[in-house]
Amino acid sequence: MIIPLFLVASVLLFSLLWIMPGDPAQIMAGSRASQEQVAKIRHAIKLDRPPYVVYFEWLGGVFHGDFGQSWTIQPGASVSSLILDRLPLTLELGITALLLAIAIGVPLGIIAALRRGTKVDYACMGVALFGVSIPSFWLAMMAVLIFGVWIGWTPALGGGLGPQYLILPAVVLGALMSGSISRLTRSSMLDVLNQDYIRTARAKGLRERSVIYKHALKNAFIPISTMLFMRLPFLFGGSIIIETIFQWPGMGNLMISAIKRQDFLVIQATALMFVVLVMIANLLADVSYAYLNPRIRYGERK
Amino acid sequence: MSVIGKVKRVGSSISGYLRRLGRSPTWTYLKRDRRAWVGIALIIIIVGMALFASFIAPHGINDSVGPTLAPPGQFLFGTDQQGRDVFSRVIYGSRDSLQVALLLLLVETSVGITLGLVAGFYGGWVDELVMRAVDVMLSFPGLVLAAAFVGFFGPGLRNLIIALSLTGWAPFARITRAQTLMAKEEVYVESARAIGEKDRTIIFRYILPNSASPLIVMATMTIPAAILLTASMSFLGLGVQPPSPAWGMMLFEAMPVFRAAWWTAVFPGIAIMVSVLGFNFLGDALRDAMDPRLRVRSGGGGG
Repeated sequence: MIIPLFLVASVLLFSLLWIMPGDPAQIMAGSRASQEQVAKIRHAIKLDRPPYVVYFEWLGGVFHGDFGQSWTIQPGASVSSLILDRLPLTLELGITALLLAIAIGVPLGIIAALRRGTKVDYACMGVALFGVSIPSFWLAMMAVLIFGVWIGWTPALGGGLGPQYLILPAVVLGALMSGSISRLTRSSMLDVLNQDYIRTARAKGLRERSVIYKHALKNAFIPISTMLFMRLPFLFGGSIIIETIFQWPGMGNLMISAIKRQDFLVIQATALMFVVLVMIANLLADVSYAYLNPRIRYGERK
Repeated sequence: MSVIGKVKRVGSSISGYLRRLGRSPTWTYLKRDRRAWVGIALIIIIVGMALFASFIAPHGINDSVGPTLAPPGQFLFGTDQQGRDVFSRVIYGSRDSLQVALLLLLVETSVGITLGLVAGFYGGWVDELVMRAVDVMLSFPGLVLAAAFVGFFGPGLRNLIIALSLTGWAPFARITRAQTLMAKEEVYVESARAIGEKDRTIIFRYILPNSASPLIVMATMTIPAAILLTASMSFLGLGVQPPSPAWGMMLFEAMPVFRAAWWTAVFPGIAIMVSVLGFNFLGDALRDAMDPRLRVRSGGGGG
């Protein structure tokens, strides 16, 4: 699944430059540019050669970390250096948010499952439903308003790099993800609690605590961890929005400014990098599933 | 066959479907579920806003009616940096926001359902091709691809719909294919074949109506995502363009000023949340009502 995904993504993103309306070289050069400048850019982005040749050259360059150069954001800078500056910041934000989302979502889901049908359950799931219904960008704006402007705990304007700039975007992104995580935790806990081995564990007189934590939670974690990794694409989609609002200088932020300034090679490169991140997440999902689920490993040994 | 005859036939098949639904256990459980009613109430509020916007809104969407003012006062939700009445814009915004979301849903479902039907019905390499495409599209980060597409083709309503449909059709194709595979084996399909019906007729008149229920649930559950995605794109400046009062667009325009003028950001966001919550409540209730496993234990008690 991973290789076809990469190939389709690269073909799609590559062909956008060739089928787009207008002349990309002219657009990137700007309306006041001379004929020569336009011709120079057209030659540099290889629009004067057959697309299938250029595609393989571009793909070859990608594998060497060469995405071409930026024309409008930072004229002359190599795209890969721009991405290398931004990628760690996106990962920093994403991983912090993911950890927060797990810390909020998993306990909420477990509590809801154990107290199924009670007010606690409905309250937890109500919170989770709000979590998936709130527009991410609006929650972010409200967080800035409340904690940045009114209370003043965090900087009201983004743009910095320290932990005081990281905390609010990470909390917002984490809170958004925790909604779906807690719904998932609840349903997989409920699945497990209905299994025969839980009845067996109870029947042999184990204490409720050890039934829940040793038997139920361990098994419920298999689908949860897989889904966590499968959810990462949404996290990256969310990070584009969150980075824009908080002016966190990550890759999503870079992509949006590339789109606004029509720096086409940078758009291609950032989008492809997001696809690669998703591919890695999918791979981690498969690996974690095999690692956590002993049945799969035993099957392979036979 | 005449157009009128076709319309009549579609009409009678819809009313037949509703009649069957009215007697089905799904409906019985749905009626007892409080979430369904809350959802329907919220949806009626939003749709009512859209339908009667010109009666409710005191001002036009682009009328500059005064200086930038905080609520409450002369203006219920205050006025924005251009002196426009925020309340009127939120009311009118329901039109643009719902239109865009429903248009997206229409494109996604038409493409997805058609491809799913064809893949399931014919099988073979067509099926293989469609399903591989579905797999790839499902693992794509949709917003990233949509943003990239708009980056090359430019913002605007048409490109927004195309951009989000690039990945949005896939879940519909997958579920439709699964339904088609099951329906294909039924006796009525065999009889239709025996009386010499064309493939197209079998697919759209026999298989599609009989697979409608799960597709309707899925469409209902996709509306919130459609509202959120189109609003997100507009918020990034990649969707509908000013002076549209779509809620995402209002928040985009509020970005530079909301730290000083909170009301420009608070109210459009609440509107988005209410509409998304409405469809989420209804969708959840619908899903539970249609799943016999959940019925037995929770009995549609809801919450």
